[in-house]
Amino acid sequence: MRQRFGPYPPSTRRPGFGDLVVVLAVAAILYLGVQLAFDAPPAVQGPDIELAPPALPWYAALSVGRMTAAYLLSFLFTIAYGYAAAYNRRAETILMPLLDVLQSVPILSFLPVVLLGLSAILPEGIAAELAAIVLIFTSQVWNMTFAWYQSLTTIGKDLREASATFRFNRWLRLKWLELPFGAISLIWNSMMSWAGGWFFLMAAESYSVGERNFRLPGLGSYLQKAASDGDIQALFLGIGVLVLVVVALDQLVWRPLLAWADRFKLEMVEDQAPPTSWFYDLLQDSRLVQQLGAHLATLNERVDNWLNKRLQPLGMPQVEISQWTPLSIGVIVVLVSTVGYGAFLAVQTLFTLSLAQWLELGVALIATFLRVTVAMLIALAWTIPVGVAIGSNPTLARWLQPVVQIAASVPATALFPAFLLLFLVLPNGLNIAAVVLMLMGTQWYLLFNIIAGASAIPQDLKHTAALLHLSPAARWRTLTLPALFPFIITGAITASGGAWNASIVAEYTEFGGEIRSVMGIGATIAHATADGEFALLLAATLVMILAVVAINRLLWHRLYVLAEERFRME
Amino acid sequence: MSQTNVLLQLSNVEQRYRSGQRTFTAVENVNFTMTEGEFVALLGPSGCGKSTLLRIITGLQKPSEGRVLYRDQPLQGVNPHATIVFQTFALFPWFSVLENVEIALKARGLPASVRIPRAMELLDRVGLDGFESAYPRELSGGMRQKVGFARAMAVEPELLCLDEPFSALDVLSAESLRNDLIELWIEGKIPTKAILMITHNIEEAIMLAGRIVVMDKGPGRIVADLPVDLPYPRQRNTAAFTALVDRVYGILAGQTQAEHLELGTAPGEPGTTRMLPQVSIGDLTGLLEHLAGLARGHADIYLLPERLGIDSDEVLRLIEAAELLGFVHVAQGDVALTPLGDTFADASILARKNIFAVRIRRLPIFKWLMAMLRASEGRSLEWDVVRTALELEFPPDEAERQLDAIVDWGRYAEVLAYDDSRALITLEPEAGVLEKQGL
Repeated sequence: MRQRFGPYPPSTRRPGFGDLVVVLAVAAILYLGVQLAFDAPPAVQGPDIELAPPALPWYAALSVGRMTAAYLLSFLFTIAYGYAAAYNRRAETILMPLLDVLQSVPILSFLPVVLLGLSAILPEGIAAELAAIVLIFTSQVWNMTFAWYQSLTTIGKDLREASATFRFNRWLRLKWLELPFGAISLIWNSMMSWAGGWFFLMAAESYSVGERNFRLPGLGSYLQKAASDGDIQALFLGIGVLVLVVVALDQLVWRPLLAWADRFKLEMVEDQAPPTSWFYDLLQDSRLVQQLGAHLATLNERVDNWLNKRLQPLGMPQVEISQWTPLSIGVIVVLVSTVGYGAFLAVQTLFTLSLAQWLELGVALIATFLRVTVAMLIALAWTIPVGVAIGSNPTLARWLQPVVQIAASVPATALFPAFLLLFLVLPNGLNIAAVVLMLMGTQWYLLFNIIAGASAIPQDLKHTAALLHLSPAARWRTLTLPALFPFIITGAITASGGAWNASIVAEYTEFGGEIRSVMGIGATIAHATADGEFALLLAATLVMILAVVAINRLLWHRLYVLAEERFRME
Repeated sequence: MSQTNVLLQLSNVEQRYRSGQRTFTAVENVNFTMTEGEFVALLGPSGCGKSTLLRIITGLQKPSEGRVLYRDQPLQGVNPHATIVFQTFALFPWFSVLENVEIALKARGLPASVRIPRAMELLDRVGLDGFESAYPRELSGGMRQKVGFARAMAVEPELLCLDEPFSALDVLSAESLRNDLIELWIEGKIPTKAILMITHNIEEAIMLAGRIVVMDKGPGRIVADLPVDLPYPRQRNTAAFTALVDRVYGILAGQTQAEHLELGTAPGEPGTTRMLPQVSIGDLTGLLEHLAGLARGHADIYLLPERLGIDSDEVLRLIEAAELLGFVHVAQGDVALTPLGDTFADASILARKNIFAVRIRRLPIFKWLMAMLRASEGRSLEWDVVRTALELEFPPDEAERQLDAIVDWGRYAEVLAYDDSRALITLEPEAGVLEKQGL
């Protein structure tokens, strides 16, 4: 398991003018959403949720449907955005910094604004559906786009020259060169995106603030209703169905895809243990599938021929440096002035807040920061020893790996209602529940990376450490921890992002008809949404985004660069 | 082979590229004609622009100046009558052997009923029948390159271009594949009208080609155009063959010049800055020790590759480095150890370092860097600062390579120190003391 799990490479780019533009644009868009939110209906009645078991398959189907819709959207976006960034120098200079900021923005912080904004212009049901899909889309798309852009820009010059000399046209280049080259990385990233998508789907399906109940019929709202009603049986049933759906997708979709995609690997050596899938083997042996395959091959030939007659062979890709045309200048002027005006209005709105409110925001931010830090420390404290134990012991790994994978496949937000049920009876219960939710959302990335890191420590170094009679403590200091460092950092970057996201749903909740909340930036966003304090909503969302982007830039990127330059074994 | 069937004509071709404010010339003033029936080898050391020239000829790249005519027509875009066999094979790893050959035909719109038999027939001809459904990663390097040849010949190109096709192969595979190629070519088993092969291997060029065009670097240009009138199959150990090999080594190794010409000028000054050849000090020492073991420290350059077990390109680079340091003298394809080189070869490790230090301090590029270091705080400069300064003289990737070589040589001689974690180049204090003593 050498694959590293995490967002695409935190860039080593220095923060620049582009970042400022992106942040201003985000502020302008948020402002627009908040403006719309003024017209949002004051009370929203969510659909009734049926707790009877027969309703579950239907809810599961609805949830999977939302995920699929968002994924398809992500995939199309990925292909188009990556193409534009990889083949147009000027687009690249704008699109890549944009992507870099967008992937570190805490997506859930947008949820209230998106929900309120959309419900002002669309019927409630449709608005909530659309908001959920947009939310999942924004959680899925960035790492896929990065992966695609990266593979487009790393295709070897020799393969590109071969494609040009053998006269591939645009279609053949996509089908024979670019898609195969990026296939494995696209599939791995799609898997990660689905896992992340569940987290946000569960949150979006069960979101409600104050008088507005935006919940959607689906597994997320089912779990919330079950916990809220204290129906333990339904709660377990719901979690069981969710796990079943996640495992089924893994076994019937992703594993077969990985087994099939093994042919696209770029290494010119045979793999010792290629990915396998029982379902893929089953499909390959099926007569029906073989016949279908033959028909598809004929169709494929027809499509190729049809396109071959219409498309010209391409030369080497010219990285286009498009000329400024009056049209493009016009578009840019309009865009810049719109963003500028929006950002100006946003700033103006921010000035309506009192100093006391700003101070309160600062305190709330620190409270959430402390919660995130505690969750990260707990996660590190248990994942490092356990991860090393699993990673350096193949027998243990064989037994525990599947267990860990299933445990990790349950989106933390789906478990949140269950935590509430458990912890709200305790003093300071929501605080504990919030930290536990953050922990659940963060620890798996760390664990997977540490397992991968531990299993990648070269055997000869371990032997050397043993020959030198290093004490266990010295061995950890001189070998294990330095070797794990890059993996811990990669895991921690993702984990930190997940923890900040979780704060939105963790710090404010409606449970059993009662509103509970703790001090924190997530709670501030929720209160502002509930009370219609739109200036505060804008300010809190912006503060959270800026805080997370700043932490990424100032802390994680530096650690990442250090890890890559000093501690990478390859 | 009448002169009327001109296939390809390059006139005054020049390739420049810009980097920052500077313009660098990759190849200049290339005039070159190929006719039907010719097998031409384009021979030269690495960095002489021969690959660039191949890309211009195939239309993958457009030259900055000059004209490329193919059958009297100016070349527009990728040349449809030429294909390339790549050094790195450039096979699509996700396609089987058969599919790799087939795609070349499919991209030209040939139906399955035509392309599959033709692809099979070509695989058969290069000796790969039975491997159609294998994937490239299952094959050895030699077999992969056979797929490369089958794919390039499948579309029946008039001009077959070979881009160092044997240099990534082991010695035996390369030899057998060369023989296969020659057989296909002289027996007319392939419809190809002409072959253009890029290589840095002198023996290989003389073994295969009917004509050798020799290029040299700084900037890339054609320096010789020799016919090879030896009958096939050619034997390496005949007098005529070795005479020709000797002659080409003579052209490429040049002649040791007067010292001020040999050393060139410092970066940023008028005149050319001599590039440090990319060699390892260990290999250089090995060469000098080998020469010291010979009578009068004297050798025919063409004999060295086989004796030392390295290829001709590397031998030439080592000799260039030794010549630059004043350890050897080169004339007419022969290399001879100078008294200094002889002393170096006999000296202890520490004494060698001292001799080396004294010699590199004479090189303008080192004088220039040491003056800069002395003038700076802590006698240190960041890597990036020095590289940027070198970019006034060299293109960015060459500047990086040159700095690599400078630091490598400087560290060996204990003239420079380099701290990797801070990317800092420092002048060693001992060096300063020695200099004050006038050493």
